[in-house]
Amino acid sequence: MGNHEDVVIIGVGMHRFGRTPGVSGRQMAVHATHQALADAGIAWPDVQFAFGGSYAAGDADALVADLGLTGLPFVNVKNGCGTGGSALTSARHAIASGAHDLGLVVGFDKHPRGAFNEDPANLGLGEWYGSTGMMVTTQFFAMKIQRYMAEHGISERTLAKVSTKAFRNGALNPMAWRREPLTEEQVLEAPMVNPPLTQYMFCSPGEGAVALVVASAERARRLGVEGIRLRGVEFRSRRFGSFEVYNTWISPERAEGPTSEAARAVFEAAGVGPEEVQVAQVQDTESGAEVMHLAETGLCAHGEQEQWYADGVTEINGRLPVNTDGGVLANGEPIGATGLRQVHEIVQQLRGRAGEHQVPGRPSVGFTHVYGAPGISACTVLTR
Amino acid sequence: MAHQQPMTTTTRMVDPDLVADTSEGPALRGAACTECSTTTFPAQDRCPRCSALAMSPTLLPRRGTLWAHTVQHFAPKPPFRHDGEFEPFGLGYVDLGSVIVESRLTVSDVTALSPGLPVRLALVPAFTDDDGTTVTTFAFEPEEQ
Repeated sequence: MGNHEDVVIIGVGMHRFGRTPGVSGRQMAVHATHQALADAGIAWPDVQFAFGGSYAAGDADALVADLGLTGLPFVNVKNGCGTGGSALTSARHAIASGAHDLGLVVGFDKHPRGAFNEDPANLGLGEWYGSTGMMVTTQFFAMKIQRYMAEHGISERTLAKVSTKAFRNGALNPMAWRREPLTEEQVLEAPMVNPPLTQYMFCSPGEGAVALVVASAERARRLGVEGIRLRGVEFRSRRFGSFEVYNTWISPERAEGPTSEAARAVFEAAGVGPEEVQVAQVQDTESGAEVMHLAETGLCAHGEQEQWYADGVTEINGRLPVNTDGGVLANGEPIGATGLRQVHEIVQQLRGRAGEHQVPGRPSVGFTHVYGAPGISACTVLTR
Repeated sequence: MAHQQPMTTTTRMVDPDLVADTSEGPALRGAACTECSTTTFPAQDRCPRCSALAMSPTLLPRRGTLWAHTVQHFAPKPPFRHDGEFEPFGLGYVDLGSVIVESRLTVSDVTALSPGLPVRLALVPAFTDDDGTTVTTFAFEPEEQ
């Protein structure tokens, strides 16, 4: 896989998440891109290639009309919640292969209110799956955590603690959407969505944009910038036997999911162990997802989460701060931007530029994990 | 209610490929791989485990046990269809031995649902077409104790 110390992130930019009436997803992407270029100290004509995408806010390659018509190859990526991870994977390969040494990765989206409504045909499923009310992502997460809680002794109180941490962290992050802290009681007593998960245990589809400037380590040196090293990025889809969202059936044969596989692969590629991670972003589509993904990524043991949340291990000042910017719960989920938001947050944490939600002690090893339909995961390891 | 009968009282399955009529009652139509015996629902042409083009139609067992469950408390967006005011419904995965299928449940009280609960296949009305046709779908109901 080449020299995995070759690729560095030298600039990041973001349009704030949440709802911004009157601003299109494309405009958010252009804003984020200019911020990232300025952060890297380069100009748009310096960018040799781009990978980007949105799910519902237009074609990324059409952004050149506003960014500048420089003739660069701009590849659209459409990989659901894995859009950002796929774009970053592709950009890394473009640089590691030696084809280019400076590029852009951008993700953006703008979704209407309420749960996602996917056309079953897009996933090879019959119309009946949607018309009978089973094509709802929240149901899967509820069923998965329901089983997990019984198997590993996780309480509803812990699910509430995940949410209260997210909104507490969101309150410290000016780019977040949900910035009102809630009590555990408010979370537990909120309207039920899919038992055991209440309204405040779920994220909402939202809006936002993130851009990253990536470069070879050599190019970064010539530019006189240090950057954050992308030690690995790995993307996996589901294997036979795993339990994933939007499955009309599953096998009695059990296999681990794409999260475990992508995490193991990225730690191996990076030459870093999960125990070395000092700040992490894991997919918290709902509060149970954060609990399960912590163990599936190898950051903790199955069942250990109950004690972790009781002890505050994942708080900003804890032993392993998780979703320090408020995660998906407080930022919402603009599909195309969500995975890159995670990377943006870790880059800022490692640079010591995360502001009020900065982890103390200047962490030097960070990790990100995204999960999405129909059973995909992308993980990164980032170091100073 | 003797007068004003609806003009039609027809029913149709939400998808004709999902359920077969048997002498024992309704059964889900799946497919089994003749190479590795993987069973899918609904039927598909190729095996998702060994990729063989060797799937043959099979009727799935009518009884099983609950493997995972939840309740849908809000009305999903289209393409979901329902009559009148939205009523929460239960759903889950049912272990039929050779395959675990996702299905609606006839029970929407979460306290009445638990892993391992014995359940059996039933047909339930899902929604009504514009012409008055009742559209049915499959669901699992708890076995009588």
